[in-house]
Amino acid sequence: MRPQPITKILTPVKRGHGGQHVPHRKGTADSPSRTFLPERVTIPLSMHIGAPCAPLVAKGDRVLVGQVIADVDHPMAAPIHASVSGTVADIVDRALPGGRVVKAVVIDSDGEMTPCPVEKPVVTDVESFIAAVRASGLVGLGGAGFPASVKLRPSDKVIDTLVINAAECEPYITADYRECLESADSIMEGVYTLAHWLDLPSVVLCVEDNKPEAIRVLAEIAAADDRIGDRVKLMKLPSSYPQGAEKMLVYSATGRAVPPGGLPADVGCIVMNVTSVSFLGKYFNTGMPLVSKRVTVAGSAVAEPSNVICPVGTAFEDLVAFCGGTRAEARKWIAGGPMMGTAIHDLTAPVMKATNALLGFAEEDAVLPDSSACIRCGRCVTTCPMNLMPLMVEQALAARDDDRLEQLSVMSCMECGCCSFGCPAKRPLVQSMRLAKQIVRGRKK
Amino acid sequence: MSRVLISASPHLLGPATTRRIMLDVILALTPACVASVVIFGPLSAAVIALSVIAAVGAEYLTRRLLKRDNTIGDLSAVVTGLLLAMNLPANVHALWMGPLGSVIAIVVVKQLFGGIGMNFANPAIAGRIVLTLSFTAYMSQWPVPLAWLGNAGADAATFATPLAKGAVQPDLLSLLLGVRGGCLGETCAVALLAGGIYLMIRRVITPLIPAVYIGTTVLLTWAFGDDPLRQLLSGGLLLGALFMATDYTTSPSTNRGRVIFALGCGLFTAVIRHFGSLPEGVSFSILLMNIATPMIDRYIIRKPFGTRRKGAAK
Repeated sequence: MRPQPITKILTPVKRGHGGQHVPHRKGTADSPSRTFLPERVTIPLSMHIGAPCAPLVAKGDRVLVGQVIADVDHPMAAPIHASVSGTVADIVDRALPGGRVVKAVVIDSDGEMTPCPVEKPVVTDVESFIAAVRASGLVGLGGAGFPASVKLRPSDKVIDTLVINAAECEPYITADYRECLESADSIMEGVYTLAHWLDLPSVVLCVEDNKPEAIRVLAEIAAADDRIGDRVKLMKLPSSYPQGAEKMLVYSATGRAVPPGGLPADVGCIVMNVTSVSFLGKYFNTGMPLVSKRVTVAGSAVAEPSNVICPVGTAFEDLVAFCGGTRAEARKWIAGGPMMGTAIHDLTAPVMKATNALLGFAEEDAVLPDSSACIRCGRCVTTCPMNLMPLMVEQALAARDDDRLEQLSVMSCMECGCCSFGCPAKRPLVQSMRLAKQIVRGRKK
Repeated sequence: MSRVLISASPHLLGPATTRRIMLDVILALTPACVASVVIFGPLSAAVIALSVIAAVGAEYLTRRLLKRDNTIGDLSAVVTGLLLAMNLPANVHALWMGPLGSVIAIVVVKQLFGGIGMNFANPAIAGRIVLTLSFTAYMSQWPVPLAWLGNAGADAATFATPLAKGAVQPDLLSLLLGVRGGCLGETCAVALLAGGIYLMIRRVITPLIPAVYIGTTVLLTWAFGDDPLRQLLSGGLLLGALFMATDYTTSPSTNRGRVIFALGCGLFTAVIRHFGSLPEGVSFSILLMNIATPMIDRYIIRKPFGTRRKGAAK
C-alpha cells in the first residue's frame, strides 16, 4: 500500500464540564473479533424505541438470513430480520433485560447460514434513501435503539453536520474500536452515502485519544477517499467519561449546546454511532440487513474475554460458553457497559441490535460498598456534565418537595452515572435522579 | 441457587471515600501540628491528643446511646478534635478546655443534629466559640513562643496575639514560621500553606473558598488602613480559610454559592477585626456564613447544560 497523507486531526471546539476519569479496562482491544454461530436464536420483536413489530412468520416456517420476520406499519419502528437460516421453532413471550416482556421469534439454525436473495438497494432520492434505511432494520447501535430512518428523516430543521460517535467512553467495551480497525472502509462508505444523500456539508468523526490506532486507520482511509474530500474531519477527543454522550459529543465537535429536552437536530446535528455508519456502508453495497452484532464479552469472571460477532438473538449464555465460560463465580452480569448498562439475572436473554457488551463480574467487582451519610462535598455537583445537583435532588426527594425537584431540572439527567461514581459516601445518586424523574414525569400528566 | 446480584447502574464506582478524604485532612494538618509542638512545646501535643481522644470517644458513645451505627471509622471525629485543638492557646487550661470543647462539638453540634453531613455549623468552630465565650480569660492566655525551651520565665502565659491592639509586632519571618503568640495551630503560616496545597493537589478542596476569603479580607483590611500582610499572617485567617471554611457540610455545594460564602466570611472577618472589640473574627465569620449556607444552597441553582441565557443571540 502506498503511503497516504494523514488527514489533519482536529481538537475539540469546546470542552464540556464535569465528567469522570473512569478506568478504561479495554483488555479486549487488541484481539481480532471472532465469529460465533449458535444453534438457536431468540429474536425479540421490539429492539427499538417505538412500536413493537408483529410477526410475519409462523411456527414451522423455513427462514433465510436477512428475511423479514416482523414489521409494523408505524413511523417509529424498524423491521426485524432472521439472523440465521433454519426453522421457526416457536413464537414466545420473552422477558428482556429491564423486565419488559415482548414477543420473540425462536429460530433453530440449520447451520448453513443461507442468505436470503437480497439486492443492493436502489436509491434515487432522499425518500428512497430513507426507505432503504428503514428496510435495513437499523436502529441506533450505540445502545439507545432509536430507529435510524426516523433520525435521518428530513424535517423542518436544517441539518449541516453529521457527528459520528466512535468515542466509546464506557469502560471495557471495544466493539466500536474493533469496528474502526476491521471495517474502516465500510465506515467511509457509510459516511459517503450519508453525506451524499442527506446533503451534509460537514462530517465529524470523533474518537477518544486512548485509541490512537483507530485514529490512525481512519485518518488514512479518509485521506485516501477523494469522493468525500475535506467534508470529513477527524477529531481527537480527550478520554473522559461521558464524552460519547450525544450532547457532550455535539458540544465537543461543533461547540453547539443542545437545549434541555432538545435533540441534536435542534442545533443542526445528527449523531450516529460509528458501527451504525459502518453497517450502512455495508448495507448499501450488499443489501444485507442488520442481522449480526459485535459484542464485547469481558469482565473479571469471563475466562476468555473477546469481541464476538454473532447473530442477533444469540443467547448470552451461548456467548459466555463460546468465550470459555467463567473462570470465577460470576456474581453480576451486565448487558452494556458498567456505567449505564443493565444488570441481568437471566443469561438466556438474547443479544439485541443495540447490545454492545456483556460483562461478567466476579465477587471483587460485583459487590459494591455500602453507602454512608452524604457529607455534602459537592462532587456530584461539579462532576455532573448536565450541570445538575444530585445531592439537592436527594434532599428534595427525602422531603418529597416535588416543586423543588422540578426547579432542579431533574428531567435533564441522562443517568450517565458520574455522580454515583465520584461519590465518596457511595450514595445511589443515579437512582435518586431516576426516582425524581418518575415523580416529575407523573406530575406533568 | 443463583447468587447473581442485581443492582442499578452504575456498576463501577470511583476510589474516593469519606475516610480517605478525612485522612487527607489529617495529613494536611500534620505539619501544623508538628510546628505547634516545636513552637509551644510538648503541652501542644498533649492538648491535641486529649482533644482528639475526647472527640472520638464522644462520637462513639453518642452513636451507641442513640442506637446508631458506629461512625468513628470515617475519621471525621479525629478531624474535629484536631481542628478544635488547633484553635486553642497552648496553656495548661487547654488540657481540659480541649476535651470539653470536643465533647460539645461532637455531641451538641454534630450528633444531635444527625451526625456527619447534618451539622449546621462547623463543629470545631462552634466548640471554640463556646469555649471563648465561657472561658474568655483562659482562652486568651497565649504562651510565649519557644518559651518551653527555657529562654523565658517559667510562667509566660500572657503574651498577646499580634492582632491585639498595641501588641508587639513580630518581624515577617517570625510570622511566616509561626514564632508569635496565638492559638497553637494557627501560627505557622508555612505549615498551614503546605497542608492547604496538599489538599488542593489531592483535590479534597479547590482554591476557590480560600482564595476568595483571604482576598476579600486582605483587600478590605487594606482599605480600612491596616497592614494587609500582617492581617493575613497574624491570627487565624490561614487556618480558617484553608481548613475550616472549606468544610464540606457547612459550606455551599455550588461554586457560585461558595464565592458568596467566602465573600461573606472575608467581609465579616475584616469588619470584626477592624471595628469589633475582639482582636480576631475568623471563627465568628465562618459560623455566621455556616448558618447562611442552607439559604445560599436554596437559591443558587445551576441551570442545566444547554440552557440559553436570556437575550443570547441564538
